[in-house]
Amino acid sequence: MNNEDQLIIAGQPYHSRLLVGTGKYKDFAETRQAIDASGAKIVTVAIRRTNIGQNAGEPSLLEFLPLGEFTYLPNTAGCYSADDAVRTLRLARELLDGHKLVKLEVLGDPKTLYPNVIETITAAKILVKEGFDVMVYTSDDPIIAKELEEIGCCAVMPLASLIGSGMGILNPWNLQIIIENAKVPVLVDAGVGTASDAAIAMELGCAGILMNTAIAGARNPILMASAMKKAVEAGREAYLAGRMAKKLYSASPSSPTSGMID
Amino acid sequence: MQILINGNAKQFAVKSMTIADLVSQLNISGKRIAIECNGEIVPRSLFADIAIKEGDKLEIVGAVGGG
Repeated sequence: MNNEDQLIIAGQPYHSRLLVGTGKYKDFAETRQAIDASGAKIVTVAIRRTNIGQNAGEPSLLEFLPLGEFTYLPNTAGCYSADDAVRTLRLARELLDGHKLVKLEVLGDPKTLYPNVIETITAAKILVKEGFDVMVYTSDDPIIAKELEEIGCCAVMPLASLIGSGMGILNPWNLQIIIENAKVPVLVDAGVGTASDAAIAMELGCAGILMNTAIAGARNPILMASAMKKAVEAGREAYLAGRMAKKLYSASPSSPTSGMID
Repeated sequence: MQILINGNAKQFAVKSMTIADLVSQLNISGKRIAIECNGEIVPRSLFADIAIKEGDKLEIVGAVGGG
């Protein structure tokens, strides 16, 4: 992708519009290879209790994804209340030396992992006030998306379908409304299953896509990471190029209609 | 003394120690971690200054793979 078309989040430019999670891989080596193949510059991580005791010496994610090479995006995966989410991200900020860019997600239901937008809004208000740059996971409700933007979130990230479902873009019309109304980047977060889903999201005008399972859950994660990189770039270029109008009843041949042999 | 670390009770022979002492005893000095003591985050710069007392509840966290 050319240098003029970068993803800008909270004033910071990034060379890739694909953001990736770091979970569900076979091992850290595969994580690293897949992320390299994806070209992603921003990687999400979860905050969890550190192993103490017999496993204290095991390798850590940080050894495979050094902080200097990637922008870490600590998330609040698994949090079901605003309080838990805020607490987690305060710890993340301490863990990452005052790092401000975070992914807020507050879940509402363990079966669907559907976001609880009420708790999400409460947490977003606190985090923005405390100086965090909040990329916020939310439903594809345009009113909630706008509300989160107005609270001061630096990016709004509606789901395309449920987390880890791979069901693709279920409501492109809602995503389009959210994108049209937004003054901050809109990224699809969750639901992408394969490369065409990523391309469709980008063609709609998404600023970027965040995905994990679509890559980690593929039979060949490294090859899928490469496919996703291309799909995001292709979708972005198609969006910028501006697609032709759909003409259901007026077919138009691409070859000259004159000079036909008799 | 007994303290609660990441939800597990742990016994220490000493009567008092700092967070820095604890981190070194647990063999996690080289790890990137963040610590909460009784619900309050302890900045890394204060590890050597904050004393742990009987019954304290500590959370020691790090970054792990996730999406």
